[in-house]
Amino acid sequence: MSNPFPLEKDKLIEAYRTMKTIREFEERLHVDFGRGDIPGFVHLYAGEEASGVGIMMHLKDHDRIASTHRGHGHCIAKGVSVKSMMAEIYGKATGSCAGKGGSMHIADLSKGMMGANGILGAGAPLICGAALAAQKLEHDGVGITFFGDGASNQGTVLESMNLAAIWNLPAIFVVENNGYAESTSVEYAVASDSYVDRATGFGMPGITVDGLDFFAVYEAAGEIIKRAREGAGPTLLECKMIRFFGHFEGDAQTYRAPGENEENRANNDCLKIFRSKVTEAGVLTDAELNAIDGEVMTLIEEAVEEAKAAPLPAAEELTTDVYVSY
Amino acid sequence: MARTLSMKDAINEALDLEMERDKTVIMMGEDIVGGAGAGGEDDAWGGVLGVSKGLYAKHPKQMIDTPLSESAYVGAAIGAATCGLRPVAELMFIDFLGVCLDQIFNQAAKFRYMFGGKAETPVVIRAMCGGGFRAAAQHSQMLTPILTHIPGLKVVCPSNAYDTKGLLTQAIRDNDPVIFLEHKNLYGSETDVPEEAYAIPFGEANISREGKDVTIVTYGLMVHRSLEAAETLKKEGIDVEIVDLRTLSPIDMDTVLESVEETGRLVCVDEANPRCSIATDVSAQVAKDAFKSLKAPIGMVTAPHSPVPFSPSLEDSYIPSAEKIADAVRETMGA
Amino acid sequence: MSDKITPILMPKWGLSMSEGTLAAWHVEEGAEISPGDEIMDVETDKIANAVEAADGGLLRRKVGNEGEVYPVRMLLGVMAPSSVTDAEIDTYVSDYEMPEVEEDEDTGPNYEFAELGVGKIRYTERSGEGTPVLLIHGFGGDLDNWLFNIDALSETAPAYALDLPGHGQSVKPADSADLDLMVSAIVQLMDHLNIEQAHLVGHSMGGLIAGQTAISYPSRVASVSLICSAGLGAEINDDYIDGFVGAQSRKELKPKLKYLFADQGLVSRSMVDDLLKYKRLDGVQSFLERLKANLFDNGKQSVSLKDGLKKVDCPKQIIWGEEDAIIPQSHANAIDGATVTVVSGAGHMVQMEESSQVNELIKEIL
Repeated sequence: MSNPFPLEKDKLIEAYRTMKTIREFEERLHVDFGRGDIPGFVHLYAGEEASGVGIMMHLKDHDRIASTHRGHGHCIAKGVSVKSMMAEIYGKATGSCAGKGGSMHIADLSKGMMGANGILGAGAPLICGAALAAQKLEHDGVGITFFGDGASNQGTVLESMNLAAIWNLPAIFVVENNGYAESTSVEYAVASDSYVDRATGFGMPGITVDGLDFFAVYEAAGEIIKRAREGAGPTLLECKMIRFFGHFEGDAQTYRAPGENEENRANNDCLKIFRSKVTEAGVLTDAELNAIDGEVMTLIEEAVEEAKAAPLPAAEELTTDVYVSY
Repeated sequence: MARTLSMKDAINEALDLEMERDKTVIMMGEDIVGGAGAGGEDDAWGGVLGVSKGLYAKHPKQMIDTPLSESAYVGAAIGAATCGLRPVAELMFIDFLGVCLDQIFNQAAKFRYMFGGKAETPVVIRAMCGGGFRAAAQHSQMLTPILTHIPGLKVVCPSNAYDTKGLLTQAIRDNDPVIFLEHKNLYGSETDVPEEAYAIPFGEANISREGKDVTIVTYGLMVHRSLEAAETLKKEGIDVEIVDLRTLSPIDMDTVLESVEETGRLVCVDEANPRCSIATDVSAQVAKDAFKSLKAPIGMVTAPHSPVPFSPSLEDSYIPSAEKIADAVRETMGA
Repeated sequence: MSDKITPILMPKWGLSMSEGTLAAWHVEEGAEISPGDEIMDVETDKIANAVEAADGGLLRRKVGNEGEVYPVRMLLGVMAPSSVTDAEIDTYVSDYEMPEVEEDEDTGPNYEFAELGVGKIRYTERSGEGTPVLLIHGFGGDLDNWLFNIDALSETAPAYALDLPGHGQSVKPADSADLDLMVSAIVQLMDHLNIEQAHLVGHSMGGLIAGQTAISYPSRVASVSLICSAGLGAEINDDYIDGFVGAQSRKELKPKLKYLFADQGLVSRSMVDDLLKYKRLDGVQSFLERLKANLFDNGKQSVSLKDGLKKVDCPKQIIWGEEDAIIPQSHANAIDGATVTVVSGAGHMVQMEESSQVNELIKEIL
């Protein structure tokens, strides 16, 4: 049977493996956090994988992304080491940020990952800078900022959209609209009926896609990124999606309608949707996908074990790396 | 003949030389070129006070006018700094810090630490600071204490044209975020300035005047007020040493302590408001580390705990004067 | 009446001096002063030095008090023959007005710049009669090292001093930093100034350059005076050379500069600051490192003038500060046939510390 998808089989496997890695990473954190193994607090990306992966499949290391407080998925999709991320979340010296950043500040500039961010909307100006640098240094890199429906109301996002438009930056504004800003619904908090209208207001195209459909995201992102690389300027992409867990771990989610989570798990799971599409088309088999599932489980288990065994940061690290030189 | 230059021209020259030397140095800010998109002249303003006048003609690709969006363009400068550029963002007046503080203190200042030492953010944020311009509460502040408080930022506030060129050059070449504060009332002040580029390292105070009796620790415009006071006091037989901190973060406490150990008396002069200021910081450190050298209580001359007023008569009494500084010195002398 | 009266004034050393402290008188009222006598000590924020009498006469009145600060050209003393009455001197003192000076005269002699093959070279010139004298400073120095010499020497000959490449306000070459470059700078400057032949006076590394110029271009050199000169032996104080090159702050530099003087109190804050300002100019650090590597690496001098200078038959003299802590005074006897003078009470910067004696020695050879 021929492949009806815009990706070769090996790329489909890569996409699935990445989405599954994110899912298992988050599911495991949910369990371990509940057990009290993890310090601080975590915001989980489970349920939203198709968005991050569908976009990141188009990117290279010199493309920059700025993420949010809910950043694990973006980090994994952009190529940050899963084991170093797990160690970071456990506050260990071997973590991606040497135990100094934690869940909300995982970054790896060598992979083009400018950081998860504890400040909502803060990534939008930063990726304008990345896009400006690409323009000035004359390479085809793009800057992509992710933000939720909540942060879409931040002045930084709106200012940045204007800035990107007037400078014609290779910048992409991705609204991951999961319906809730913490506990506040998008219906309440966002005045505009459509993010496409907002984009138009700032002089850039806007597209809304089904963020649960990897292929819809992948194709829309492909067009947008190509456009940016070719110097045609910024675009807004809205991915409509759902969040499997609460805002943070421990959130009782009393704001949700009864049965909402169960319905989402049953019928709005982007991984299930992906699996059924590729198996129904006969491009990948359940056996192949199950094998990947097994490998991912092993990776996550190893990551947790290594993170738990890893040393805590040395006391003298408290005041290192505040400056390059001081 | 040695060449003299105003502080304003020294800033222009440092920017010019660095943009020439290194094409990754870019400058961003409101009206730094001026007239963008309008029908009139290019380079219409060259900055609101003409500091960057002429730079657009020499470095058109490196000079970028921004819309009135401090959060967006200061943040963009910070983002670009992590992507291979060395941006100098001009925040016109430091009073506008409130609009974009998140990008400065939650982003730029913290990247390196939060990311486990794997980020460098070579960004400079230039801004005018200080009073005396009859510009009132939102265009006249000396916000050095707020900025100095934040780990990850370097804070510079020069007092003369020579230091300005060397410190701004260092700021641009530095791999950490630097807040570079230019006292607007010193823009016209002139000193000898070499034509060549040079960098003055951060964390090195300058002794503006040597003296035996009392140490004044200060920075920015207050160096000049202190020098004035020292001339008056000289006639009374009081020999004042003036330490110009030049950079507030890092701060050269070694030079301060050495001076106080010699003179035994300290007066801190700060144009900022009095609470949690550079004056209180230096006083506390001296009290902690050189208490036994002190022959008299530490004196402090600062602005009052009030916003900067508009009316000239009020503003003149808001900003520490040479007379107030001289009085504080006399008090430490028991006079 | 007043033409018999000779004033003693606060001197002006260098461009930036506007006032000085009369630190001490060395003569009493009633003393007969000869030209060249040290009559008082003056201190500025940059330097302290003895003031020599330009004219001779009977000191009738000390007007300036020890410890007081006076502006440049202020009347500090009065010399007059005994035929002048005290009343006349009273009148002279009370009527004395600071001389009106032209604006550009007030700023002292100008520096000039020449665009030469080696690049831009800064120099200064004092007019005079006869074969010119060219003053060549040492490693890390500049033409102001001759502050106390150039005016005195111009009484005997036109006097020039330059900033060598990589020094002062001259070009900071990005590549070469060696003796050939320095010799080229000397010859090119002489060509530029239409000086066919000059007396070369070199201090320290400047002595090495003067000697090498005489060896390479004997017809261009009327005499050489080598002061605490490099090129006359192997040893050189590497703690000074390395310390000077490596110092990044006042604290690091100041102790190294103390090697330069017999009287270490002469190392003022402003001297340290000025040298730091020089060292911080773009290109200087790497230039000094390359120059050090070429000439003075690891405490050893790599070039010797001994053989070459034997073949040069112009007058040669060697002057050394007895307490030189940079280059051993034992090197003073390296050149057969050279006049050798060892100056007591002076260190490496003998031309500053004992300027009058050094000036007399140079004038003799001119």
